[in-house]
Amino acid sequence: MIRIFKSGFLGLIFLYLYLPILVLVVNSFNESKYGYDWKGFSWRWYEKLWNNDALMDAFGNSLLIACLSATAATVIGALMALAIYRYKFPLKKTAGSLLFVVMMSPDIVLAITFLVIFIALGIQLGFWSLLIAHITFCLPFVVITVYAQLKGFDDNLLEAAQDLGASESRIFRLIILPIILPAVISGWLLSFTLSLDDVIISSFVTGPGFEILPIRVFSMVKVGISPEVNVLATVLLFISLTLVTVVTLLMKRKTEA
Amino acid sequence: MSQSPFRRFIIILTLAWLALFVLAPHFLVVLTSVMTPDSEHLAVWPMTLDAYARIWEPLYADVFWQSLALSAKATLICLLLGYPFAYIVAKMSPAWRAFMMFLMIIPFWTNSLIRTYAIKLLLGNKGLFNWVLEAIGVIDAPIQMIYTEFAVVFGLTYILLPFMALPLISSFDKLDKDLIEAGHDLGAGFWQRFYHIVLPLTMPGVVAGCLIVFLPAMGMFYVADLLGGAKNLLLGNIIKNQFLVVRDWPFGSAFSVTLIVIMGMMLWLYYAANKKVQRMGGLDDQNL
Amino acid sequence: MSKPPILTLADITKRFDTQEVLSGFNLSIEDGEFFTILGPSGCGKTTVLRLIAGFEGADEGRIMLNGQDVSKLSAEKRPVNTVFQSYALFPHMTVFDNVAFGLKMAKVSKPEIAERVKEALATVRLSDFATRKPHQLSGGQKQRVAIARAVVNRPKVLLLDESLSALDYKLRQQMQMELKQLQRKLGITFIYVTHDQEEALSMSDRVLVMHNGQAQQVGTPREIYECPNNLFVASFIGEINVFNAEILENLGDYRYLAAMDGFKREIHADRRFEAGDKVHVLLRPEDLRIEYLEDAPDRPGFSGKVLERNYTGQTLDSQIQLPSGQTIMASEFFDEDDPDFDYSINQKVWVDWVHGWEHVIKAES
Repeated sequence: MIRIFKSGFLGLIFLYLYLPILVLVVNSFNESKYGYDWKGFSWRWYEKLWNNDALMDAFGNSLLIACLSATAATVIGALMALAIYRYKFPLKKTAGSLLFVVMMSPDIVLAITFLVIFIALGIQLGFWSLLIAHITFCLPFVVITVYAQLKGFDDNLLEAAQDLGASESRIFRLIILPIILPAVISGWLLSFTLSLDDVIISSFVTGPGFEILPIRVFSMVKVGISPEVNVLATVLLFISLTLVTVVTLLMKRKTEA
Repeated sequence: MSQSPFRRFIIILTLAWLALFVLAPHFLVVLTSVMTPDSEHLAVWPMTLDAYARIWEPLYADVFWQSLALSAKATLICLLLGYPFAYIVAKMSPAWRAFMMFLMIIPFWTNSLIRTYAIKLLLGNKGLFNWVLEAIGVIDAPIQMIYTEFAVVFGLTYILLPFMALPLISSFDKLDKDLIEAGHDLGAGFWQRFYHIVLPLTMPGVVAGCLIVFLPAMGMFYVADLLGGAKNLLLGNIIKNQFLVVRDWPFGSAFSVTLIVIMGMMLWLYYAANKKVQRMGGLDDQNL
Repeated sequence: MSKPPILTLADITKRFDTQEVLSGFNLSIEDGEFFTILGPSGCGKTTVLRLIAGFEGADEGRIMLNGQDVSKLSAEKRPVNTVFQSYALFPHMTVFDNVAFGLKMAKVSKPEIAERVKEALATVRLSDFATRKPHQLSGGQKQRVAIARAVVNRPKVLLLDESLSALDYKLRQQMQMELKQLQRKLGITFIYVTHDQEEALSMSDRVLVMHNGQAQQVGTPREIYECPNNLFVASFIGEINVFNAEILENLGDYRYLAAMDGFKREIHADRRFEAGDKVHVLLRPEDLRIEYLEDAPDRPGFSGKVLERNYTGQTLDSQIQLPSGQTIMASEFFDEDDPDFDYSINQKVWVDWVHGWEHVIKAES
């Protein structure tokens, strides 16, 4: 009885989370423009998306920013986690608090802080501003993930390595990196996800020369209905799922080897 | 230990990045909020508290309260859905739990704006909900769901539910099973165990969840734009307008500073809740 | 004893998934005794405790508590309380609130709660700690709060799950004494679960030794130690030397002539054997006597050589290898007046034991 209730509740939650996405995916194959009734299977909207240069550009830009910012955030975040874990330095507590602020701040607040600093520094809004902003808001999540992994391992390992004459950068490469690799990978995936999902921060720090998905889509769907967006969502979902599957399989093979 | 170049490099990287892209920007926003708006230079001296005074003008104060109310509703629904959800998930085997987490993450890959658009497809007058309701004969004419407060709360809840669930799952995870058994052992029934033991001990997760749902909800201008119609429903709409359309930066900054202050108060609440339980809850920043 | 048992477990079977942890398990505990369930980890002792507490339900069988069938009663309705291994003190409540919790749940009046909590804290000597939070207490203090929180409810039976295992050695010894005194004072039946045989022997009125979900032996600590039922009990409770022997002749009056490793000797057993029976002769290290081989008299005994000797302060423990290859352990009280009392390694010695101290059981394959 309780079991049924529990499964039912879980089912309801996931129905809530997936129904909108299901509607998008199904309608991406619907011949009808207005997805209220099924008028037959069609690739029509896929073609239309393919021929929509502006949207395809924005799509590509979004994926590019997501990959680049996830990679950069992972590298910088892992180094930050290491610095915080391994070294004593002035303002270390402050650094931790700042990361916490980034994590807890509402997107809208982060968005305007980024906008203000880019204007103040004279950084052109566009590719670089987007990249820096995305890296920064992903950082705390990478740091937390990697730090948690670092905390779980034996200090003596590092001391032993030092004792055997390894330099700091070699210790990092040969000992720390292999140990934190799973955390680094999940940090990357988390960053990729957050970057791809973001709307608010991107809206503020984007520029005319470099348009990314949410801005393009926003103008398309604000008034009417755009079946290309259904297709876009389906393709995004497909790409991300493939990516994650590949990463997971690679990781599995690595840990099994 | 000698200062190796590697060590110096990563320490400087950490401090410089955070100083330049987190500390300085926040400082600048606070600074901007007490400056005078200027069409050419965005913000100039002299210092003024005009922006803060204007927040209390009825036009904006209304939006502010309305925004608080909408966020509070969405937060409450997230909590009511997320709490039992987290409880059920936390009790699962690790493999199942990982799968549940994965299922929660997948929707993120479609971008929240596109998902908000999908909700529009659900709630529209000719959308799925109305279509189903008509098909089974519950209603004759479509109910107006889109462009209402309901739609906005529905959308906010939809986007933010996973953020509520994650800290709750982790605080249920930390809940020592022995304590529940001790409750059983000492004669506490289901509701007594819930009220005296489970709820207080998961409070850090509740506060953390509310913290990362409530404030961001106020900023989600695109949800209000797509689902609430052309009205300025959320604080985010005002801030976005002030920055990107009207270009009154001090005024927009003043709103943000207000949000930051509210965040500070909620963080304090979070620490208080944690202190009471005497261990860190969902967001373990203690060691950062 | 004339009183009916306070607690009976009858034919209890408990399965986790498909694995049977207990099958047809029986146990009967007298009112007011300090009863210990002893066994290695995974032997099912904690499951027994959890079944009594009501945290687990038995798949088959009945649990009778104070003449009432409690098998179907949930944990919160059973008149038993548990002291958890982890203490399980509520971290968000003061010591007072922790101890008062059970009484509050039972809707006892406020003045009475205050009175009884005060009394319970006094019993465990923590009267001054009522307003502290658990994290402000030491391990031993937490332990005592956990005990106070349980006994304040005046349970029929108090269950203690490896309750002292988290404490360091000195504190554990002290707590053992305190527990024993507390139990006498309160007159409540204590059921204590542990894997520590020393703890079990020193505190209990009776001990149950468990292995693989089976009761191996129930008895007083002395019975368990001196007359183990089988090899498992014998070797789990302290050091023991096991010699294989064969009964040659029944001499009557529970005396037998047995063939041992190269000699014949009269042994005494408390059960019947027939000629030809294979038996184990069990001897504790302190039952053995060692002499220099040169003085070896012309009577049955083992010859061997000293492999290792270990002076522990009170005793001299020697490992001796017999010609058969078997290694035995002997423990002698140190006698500083005996000039011969010490051996060098590899020295040849002759080993005998005090007649009648041997314990004989049927051989296990």
